[in-house]
Amino acid sequence: MLSIKNLHASIEGNEILRGIDLEVKAGEVHAIMGPNGSGKSTLASVLAGREEYEVTEGEVVFKGENLLELAPEERAREGVFLAFQYPVEIPGVSSTNFLRTAVNQVREHRGLEPLDAVKFLTMMKEKMKLVEIDQKLLSRALNEGFSGGEKKRNEIFQMAMLEPTLSILDETDSGLDIDALKIVSNGVNQLKSKDNATIVVTHYQRLLDYIVPDFVHVLYKGKIVKSGTKELALELEEKGYDWIKEEIGQAAV
Amino acid sequence: MSTLLDTHPLEKILENPQKDFHSVRAMGKDAFLKQGLPSAKAEEYKFTNLTKKLSQNFDSFEIAADFELTEEQVNHAIFEGFDGYRLVFANGYFHDGLSSKIEGLTISKLEESSLPLGSIAKAEKDPFAALNQASFEGGAQIALAKNTQIDKPILILNFINPSNGNLIQPRIWFETGDFGEATFIEQQIQLEAGDYFLNEVKEIKGGRNSHIHWYRIQNEGKDAISMSNIETDIQQDATFTSVNISLSGHMVRNNLSLNLLGSNSEGNMYGLYLTNGNTHVDNHTNVDHTIPHAESNELYKGVLTDNSRGVFNGKIFVRQDAQKTNAFQQNNNILLSENATVNTKPQLEIWADDVKCSHGCTTGQLDEEALFYLQARGIGKDKAKGLLLYAFAGEVLENIKDDSFKAYCINLIQERLGTNLS
Repeated sequence: MLSIKNLHASIEGNEILRGIDLEVKAGEVHAIMGPNGSGKSTLASVLAGREEYEVTEGEVVFKGENLLELAPEERAREGVFLAFQYPVEIPGVSSTNFLRTAVNQVREHRGLEPLDAVKFLTMMKEKMKLVEIDQKLLSRALNEGFSGGEKKRNEIFQMAMLEPTLSILDETDSGLDIDALKIVSNGVNQLKSKDNATIVVTHYQRLLDYIVPDFVHVLYKGKIVKSGTKELALELEEKGYDWIKEEIGQAAV
Repeated sequence: MSTLLDTHPLEKILENPQKDFHSVRAMGKDAFLKQGLPSAKAEEYKFTNLTKKLSQNFDSFEIAADFELTEEQVNHAIFEGFDGYRLVFANGYFHDGLSSKIEGLTISKLEESSLPLGSIAKAEKDPFAALNQASFEGGAQIALAKNTQIDKPILILNFINPSNGNLIQPRIWFETGDFGEATFIEQQIQLEAGDYFLNEVKEIKGGRNSHIHWYRIQNEGKDAISMSNIETDIQQDATFTSVNISLSGHMVRNNLSLNLLGSNSEGNMYGLYLTNGNTHVDNHTNVDHTIPHAESNELYKGVLTDNSRGVFNGKIFVRQDAQKTNAFQQNNNILLSENATVNTKPQLEIWADDVKCSHGCTTGQLDEEALFYLQARGIGKDKAKGLLLYAFAGEVLENIKDDSFKAYCINLIQERLGTNLS
């Protein structure tokens, strides 16, 4: 579904990603871990099409298409979803209007009829249950005055509404208490199918107790330096990142 | 040596003898001659050089005459969904026959009144107000009886036909008795193409515990040069709320002055300017807190693109006696192009020491982070921009209490921003 080859990206002249290779197949969950500043969020942003980042080398193919050539909205319509690390507060734009616009633009792209108000509300109610989000929240302006946990839940709710094929969760667990973490994970797990895939970007292993990955990759200095199964995450949790840094150091010598 | 070339075409207007009534004309003329037209250096007109614009665009002026209107023209001009009364003017002359009869509201011609014209909007404060006072024709006095609440909004339609004269100077004196309540919506309708200078004056005198809403939409032709002076006296327990929406025009200048004269009075000023092309919109507002326990709120927002220009100047005076004043002012602008500019200047003069005053102004671009967030959800860039701009502008529209007018404005604005949400 997603094939990343030798991806290099920089921001304001600083190279952050230095040759990423990653293959993601339908039905898989990949976790990307790594110390702060290793390039995890940059990878997520480049995949979603954030313009500040310049891709200097490499390719990203998504469902047979060159993803890097597409505008952010085209990527979203093709089925890429980024759950933001810091969801943006947008005063004056109602959550419901925003979502209806988004859902209908995505549906139009997929050759589906736009949803009328009634059908849209029915769908919304159904998906709201997934992340136990309160309707009151959705009658407010988008993310405005939401708590950290509410914002993250709203991200997963939007994901449920847009039905993506590739979801990238950028530190969705950061700042969540255990109850919120369970709710968010539960939502993600229910949305999982054999046809879609998930990339979980996280700093902590804790999330992976709830969203169990098929593969774990360690990102360090802009490269994937180690890949393994969920046991790798446990090892990282136990030993920290230093042993990996040492391993790399030794290999370089 | 004085030649004809030295005389601004507007000044020539006063060389002819005017129709006389009261002494107000003479006072207006004196005030005008004393001030003269604002020069390029005049502080109040520093960014809006109307004097030059007028001499560039006009060789001569002729005071506009009244003209006939048909019922059909009036009906055609009323915006969709409007449910209320109408007062019809042609080049500033009141047309009784085409206007609604409204219980509790009396309308008479200014020429037949003995009003102290110029006692609220003082001629010595602005040369254009002075010019209007010296040479206006037509005009109307609108009086709302005590304890009368008009149940529906009143649409003031002024039809403009420049072929009947290019200097159009509507003048309205509106007053309410105590406890009077009314909502006015003001709109200019240009019937025939042609250059003109619209120079309006409105004096508004609220009674005690009166509540007035005054809405204006400026959506005239691209060539309109328009000058407006609105000044209002607000008495004890009374409120006055102005909402001014500017969507087009060549050069538009709005002077709005609120005098808070009684305790527990409240003055609200809201404005939105959405400009493109070469449109120039200048809002000069002034609120004068003279007594304790009064409140003023002000929010002006601008979205500017192409080569358009916005000017905002907000004066707040809090006199020594005006303790416990609450005065808030905000001006926010979004520039969508390199060549669009805004000059914004808050001006607070506070002599009282126990007051709450705040002001702030921002000028920036569209929030890129918010734009990316919307795009990342599949919303196209243009639509996302429109959504954000509409959200920005919407805060001003929230202050329009009449649903039909609000819907009309929303429609016009969404059309402009390309964001019809259906």
